[in-house]
Amino acid sequence: MCGIVGLFLKDKSMEAQLGAMLTDMLITMTDRGPDSAGIAIYSKESKNIGKLTVQSDTPNVDFKQLKDALKQLIEGDIDIRVQSTHAVLEMRADQVESARAILKEIRPNVRVMSSGDSLEIYKEVGLPKDVASRFDIAQMSGSHGIGHTRMATESAVTTMGAHPFNTGSDQCLVHNGSLSNHNSLRRKLRRDGVHIETDNDTEVGAAYLTWKMQNGSTLGEALESSLKDLDGFFTFVVGTKDGFGVVRDPIACKPAVMAETDQYVAFGSEYRALVNLPGIEDARVWEPEPATVYFWNH
Amino acid sequence: MQTYDLSTGSLRELNATLHAQNEATNQTTWEIMNPKGAHAIACGLDSPIEVTVRGSTGYYSAGMNQQATVNITGSAGPGVAENMMSGKVVIDGDASQYAGATGHGGLLVVKGNASSRCGISMKGINIVVHGNIGHMSAFMAQSGNMVVCGDAGEALGDSCYEARLFVRGSVKSLGADCEEKEMRPEHLEILRALLTEGECDAKPEEFKRYGSARNLYNFNIDNAY
Repeated sequence: MCGIVGLFLKDKSMEAQLGAMLTDMLITMTDRGPDSAGIAIYSKESKNIGKLTVQSDTPNVDFKQLKDALKQLIEGDIDIRVQSTHAVLEMRADQVESARAILKEIRPNVRVMSSGDSLEIYKEVGLPKDVASRFDIAQMSGSHGIGHTRMATESAVTTMGAHPFNTGSDQCLVHNGSLSNHNSLRRKLRRDGVHIETDNDTEVGAAYLTWKMQNGSTLGEALESSLKDLDGFFTFVVGTKDGFGVVRDPIACKPAVMAETDQYVAFGSEYRALVNLPGIEDARVWEPEPATVYFWNH
Repeated sequence: MQTYDLSTGSLRELNATLHAQNEATNQTTWEIMNPKGAHAIACGLDSPIEVTVRGSTGYYSAGMNQQATVNITGSAGPGVAENMMSGKVVIDGDASQYAGATGHGGLLVVKGNASSRCGISMKGINIVVHGNIGHMSAFMAQSGNMVVCGDAGEALGDSCYEARLFVRGSVKSLGADCEEKEMRPEHLEILRALLTEGECDAKPEEFKRYGSARNLYNFNIDNAY
């Protein structure tokens, strides 16, 4: 099982409601996976500012005076927004990688959820409604976003095992299914210098796409080659800074429904997730074809 | 006509109410409002009533149907009319994967497209699809008729037994032990009747028939016990 939702807005006037719409969609999918939930939001980027979204099980300890500690070690200004177990660190874009390395030293219990110019990922163990309200997702605005509720199969029920996975700047992926060649592919990608944090199969899928794009593929091309190189069941929804893509494996046993209007492109594991979207009655609703790549760009 | 609104009533109560209708019921026509993709709507009916669902449904709508006629005005999620025994299920939109799977009897009509595994392991059901069907349709089909007015996806009729598969458009590929068969007058008769009943104006002469080549292990008399 697992439930996926995604929303890519074409109509800028809807951006303030992105978080609220995604939250509603994800809560509808709760009974497809009660283990953990997560949402990736692409919000407005500021020039030359990079974001690191981090998590701690003891935020009172780890986030205390974190801003001051980092300020002494990296160049430029730094801002911190704490949201329950997560914190979004904003800094000069060219400092994000060094901040990530420094964090490992000064706050070893802090885990990185995402990095990028516009992407923020919030994920925790628990039901979608609890995870969404803990981070106040409904109040968030953005141009596109992806949500996932997990029924775990391939790795432990932990924050790090929750989706979405971020493996490259502003890239994220959610997955319904299971990959069977993730161990060998993880070894191959690590040999090529790709950073993979967990034993989770989905993270390998995400890292694979990142690796492809780092080597010159577009999102569409990377998704196309995943059909050849990934073995197993998958319906993937992926996000990049300005794009949104969907691909299903050739067997296509993991469900998927899409809807498109002049205002948005929406994805749901089931039609139930889409029923409250504005104008859904007149939307073009279809089931994405197996082994076919769909993507949209802003 | 009886109307039931799923935005105010529960699915369980709806199905219990429909199950309570016996063959002598006076309440023969039902309309279900606001399905909103809910699962298992109008499942397990066993009386000659007519139920119209106004909108799109989720998993397993009209499953295990006997005697009843169920119309869905939108699209249907996975497993619609699964294991149907008799009666009729008509979907105005598209049907998701394994529509009509394992059905023993009755008629399933999909006016849009049906996706993968349509009629998988069908055992006597008749299926009429106005549009296309996806891959692995009629896999291990045992008996019954499948009529496809559009195209069929990969591996049509893989490992099928004695079902008749009629396709008007292209077939992307045939599954193991499925082959094109001669269209004889009796097949045109069957097809004509199904097209009429399925409200489709295609001509029987435009179709090709596919079925089992009877070469797999189970068809070889030397393998008999």
